[in-house]
This record gives sequence, structure tokens and C-alpha cells, in this order.
Amino acid sequence: MSPEVKPDFLISPEGLRVDGRRVDEMRPIELKVGVLKQANGSASIRQGKTYIIAGVYGPRELHPRHLTLNDRAYLRVEYRMATFSVPDRKRPAPSRREKEISMVIANALKPALFLEEFPKAVVDVFIQVIQADGGTRCAAINAASLALADAGIPMRSLIPAVAVGKADGKLLVDLGDEEDKYGQGDVPMAIMPPTEEITLLQQDGSFTREELQEAMQMGINSCKYLHELQKEALRRAYVKKAPEDGNDDDDEDDFEDDLETDLGEAELMEDE
Amino acid sequence: MAVYFQKREVVVPGQLLAEGRYRASYGTYDEGGKIYSSLVGLAELRGNTVKVVALEGVYIPKEGDLVVGTITIVAGNNWKVDIGGPYGASLHANNALRRPYSDDISEYMDIGDVIAAEVIAFDRGGGPFLGMKGRGLRVLQGGMVLRVSPAKIPRIIGRRGSMINMIKDHLNIQTMVGQNGRIWIRAPSTEVLRLAIKAFRTIEDQAHTSKLTDRISEMLAEEMAKIKGSSEPEEEVEPEETSVPDEEAIPDTSEDVEAEPEPEVVEKATEEPEPETVTEAEEEKPAEVEVEAKEEDENKNEEVTEE
Repeated sequence: MSPEVKPDFLISPEGLRVDGRRVDEMRPIELKVGVLKQANGSASIRQGKTYIIAGVYGPRELHPRHLTLNDRAYLRVEYRMATFSVPDRKRPAPSRREKEISMVIANALKPALFLEEFPKAVVDVFIQVIQADGGTRCAAINAASLALADAGIPMRSLIPAVAVGKADGKLLVDLGDEEDKYGQGDVPMAIMPPTEEITLLQQDGSFTREELQEAMQMGINSCKYLHELQKEALRRAYVKKAPEDGNDDDDEDDFEDDLETDLGEAELMEDE
Repeated sequence: MAVYFQKREVVVPGQLLAEGRYRASYGTYDEGGKIYSSLVGLAELRGNTVKVVALEGVYIPKEGDLVVGTITIVAGNNWKVDIGGPYGASLHANNALRRPYSDDISEYMDIGDVIAAEVIAFDRGGGPFLGMKGRGLRVLQGGMVLRVSPAKIPRIIGRRGSMINMIKDHLNIQTMVGQNGRIWIRAPSTEVLRLAIKAFRTIEDQAHTSKLTDRISEMLAEEMAKIKGSSEPEEEVEPEETSVPDEEAIPDTSEDVEAEPEPEVVEKATEEPEPETVTEAEEEKPAEVEVEAKEEDENKNEEVTEE
């Protein structure tokens, strides 16, 4: 890695970016659900060279007690970068930046979660950046959202997030590290796809009103694409967990009858 | 009026499940007349009610649940009980003992004791509160506690207790299956105990597959035959096994003698709760009740279940 060398241009004469992407193209993304055994829910994301693991514990008993919220669960997000995640050693103590990003991520995830179902408890989300290459807060949200779903926390929808930025006067989706460092601005955003409600919107650098609006539109489109990847990753994990699922069709009747009564009536009755 | 999922399809949070005159139930939410999933799980339609059966999740207490817990603190006239999940439960002496009882309630149950209890109250304000005034609710002596995912408990119990009863028939063990994902097992020998654990683990792993009861039954029959076969030449294991039926025939009394508090805790409320539990949660409750009830008065229990 040679991070100190500023590239000559961020957009090549052919209109391609430093890593050869088009302006509206995202880096290759790989999502995995259930990567940690110990946690109640977990997920990992590789987005370009960025690699992040998220683990969710809970809902569980909240300590220290004074943080307790009587009407809902407390969402505690801890975003941390590994000392080796960046070219210069990152000092291990939690930095101001990490604390802020933790809060920003919590605020981005909170609107989607039905935390009121677990009053007084806590949902712990631990996010560890293994390798940072730009866009870590958005990648972290993508992974954390999947980990929460994997933990069985009820939610309105998964939360995809992406950063849109500006370099050489052009709007770019999913900034890489160099574009982030040497570009002219950066708008990380997260949405709830069914309603397109925005749960995270930050801006760094200056954008005109038109640019910002266009950037947001690009962001929403990319988020929707990401959302599809998230859903697919989640389904894949659960179909894998039950590999015998294929048998279902063979003798569905027998099975269905059996299980439906087991799981169905009990809970329905308690609902009433 | 439309349903957008296949039966038992794996759905993800935010997925649109149904539209129109459908009712949202567990694992779903209703927004503007549309029903979405709020969990990863298997979608199901029953009548006009849409629900999602969770595949993961911690134990959230519900009133009427039978739980297996460990006493962690004795505080005045309360026991604090760890039942797993985010909420620690408390059990008041009045709900467990017959008055008068001694000031020092640790005489009856102490830290580390494993109990079977019922959730008698749980609301947003307080609790959960447990009670032990019911049939079969008692201190669980000996044996071990196995932890499984609470989401898999309905499958372990099976339809009207089919699975758990099958396992008990095969293995001749005593068990208590708590809704909180803790299973107390007391087996006549280590081999059988291991087999029981294997059976429960298999069910947990393959909870959402078909003909599971049959497969487990086969597996148990096979393994039991092996255990029986291998243990015959050895004299040490054999007597232990033969002694089981006797022990099981009078399980409660023998335990009551061991533990002083038992007579007060258990025996009384045997009559009333039985019909009530059956109506409340047909397929889940009787399973646990039967575990204990079976040997004592098989006839009566059968009558009630048939109703």
C-alpha cells in the first residue's frame, strides 16, 4: 500500500475512476451472515479492500443499570478500528472519531428496530474494522443491520448505506480511500428501502443544492442495490442452516401439519 | 387482497408479506394496510393471520410459560432466578411455599438450585415473576440442564408433546422442557444421557425439516439397542439400568424425601391447574405436565388430554 502518493487524477480522461470503476459503480461487495459462533447474530462485509465484522449480543440484561430505558431497549453500538486496519498503526484507545461514528451508526439503525419490544434490556452491536479502505461507516451499517437481523431482533427493514462523493467535479458512488482523501466531498447516507426514509445523511465538503439532490438520488439507487445483496446474503445463510430444506417439497404435507401446529397455535394464542 | 409469500418461505425483515384483509401477528408489522415481516424466519398464513416463525432469538418470558431456571440470589423472601434472556426473574416465597414458612427461605431452596416454575406475571412494569404452585413445579434434583435455542423449543416438545414423549419412551429418562430453552434431563446412565443430549441437539439443528420425529425415533431405537447390547457383558451398567423403572415409578415421593421443602412446594395444587393448562396452550403444556404426571396417574391425564 502506498497511501501517501496522490494520484494524478481521480477521474481518467475516459471518465473512469482510479480503480477503473464507472462513476455510478460500486466496489465488489461480499456479505456473509453468521460468521461468529459466540454472538447471537453476526455478519461480515468486504467492500473493495474494506473488511468489517459486526457482532450482535442481546437483547440481554443491561449493565450499568443507570442506562436503562423503561420503554425500550438500549442500543449500544461500538465501532472500533483494529490497530492494523490502516497503514499507520491506529492507536488502540477509542478515538473521538470512533465514538462519533458509533453514535452515528446507532442513530442510523435505531429507526428500523422495534426496540420497544424489549424494555430495560440492551442490544449490543460490536463493529470491528479489520481493514479500512474508505466507506467504513457505511459498510459498518450494512454489516450491523445484517447482524441484527441474524440475532432475531425485530426490525422494519434492513438498512443499506452508501457514501456518495465528489471528485474532479463529478459525483461518485461508494468512495474508495483515495477518492475520500483527495476528493472534494463525501455524503454518507443510509435509508430504509420500503419507504425510502433516510436514517443517515452527513456531508463533508461543499455541494451545490443540485449536486446534493443528485447525490442523494444516486445514493438511494445504490442503497436499493445493496439492499438486494443484503436480503440475498441473509436468505443464503438461513437456507444453508437448514440444508434439508430441499426435502420439504417431497413430503410437505406431513411436515407442515406437524410443524404448523407446534409453532403456530401456541404463539397465536398468546398473542390474543 | 394478496399474499406475497410461499408457505414456509424464508423471509427477511421488511419483506412485504400480504396486503388487504389480513391480520399481522408475531414477527410481522402492519403499515398502511400492508403486512411486512419484521424477522428472519418462516412465513405462515393461518386463516387470515400472517405470522413469521423466528429462527433465532432470545427468551422473552410470557405469562403461563413453564421455565427451568437456576437460583442466583436469595433476597429476603424472594429468590432471584436466572431463566436466560434479558430479564432476570424473581420468585416470591408466597408463590412457592405454603405458609407458615421459615424466615430463612434458603432452607427450602438455595443458590444454585435448579427449579421448574411457571411465569405468573410479566408486564412492561415489572417482572417476570415466577410461581411454583402447580403440578410438577418443583426443585429439580440431580440430572443436568441442557441449553438450546428457545426458538427451537416448540419443535422439541412436538405436536401435543409427540416429540418429547417419544424421546422419553425410548430412553426412559426424566425431563423438564422449559420454554426458555433449558432442558433438565435425568437419565439412568451416562450413555443414555449422552444419547438424550444428542437427540435434543439434532432436533435443534434440524428443527425445520420434515419427518424429524420419525428420524429421531429411529436414531434413538438404534442407539439404545447398541447401548443395551454393549452394556450386557458389563455388570456395572446393567443394574443401574434395571433399577430405573422402580425409581421412576415413585419419582416424586423419593425426591420429596430427599429435600425438605418439597411437600409444601408441590403436592397441594395438583387438581386444579390441569384442565386449565390444557385449554390454554394445547400442544405445549401437556407435554411438560405429562413428563411429571405420567407415572403418578396416567389414567387421569389421558382423560384430560382427550378432552
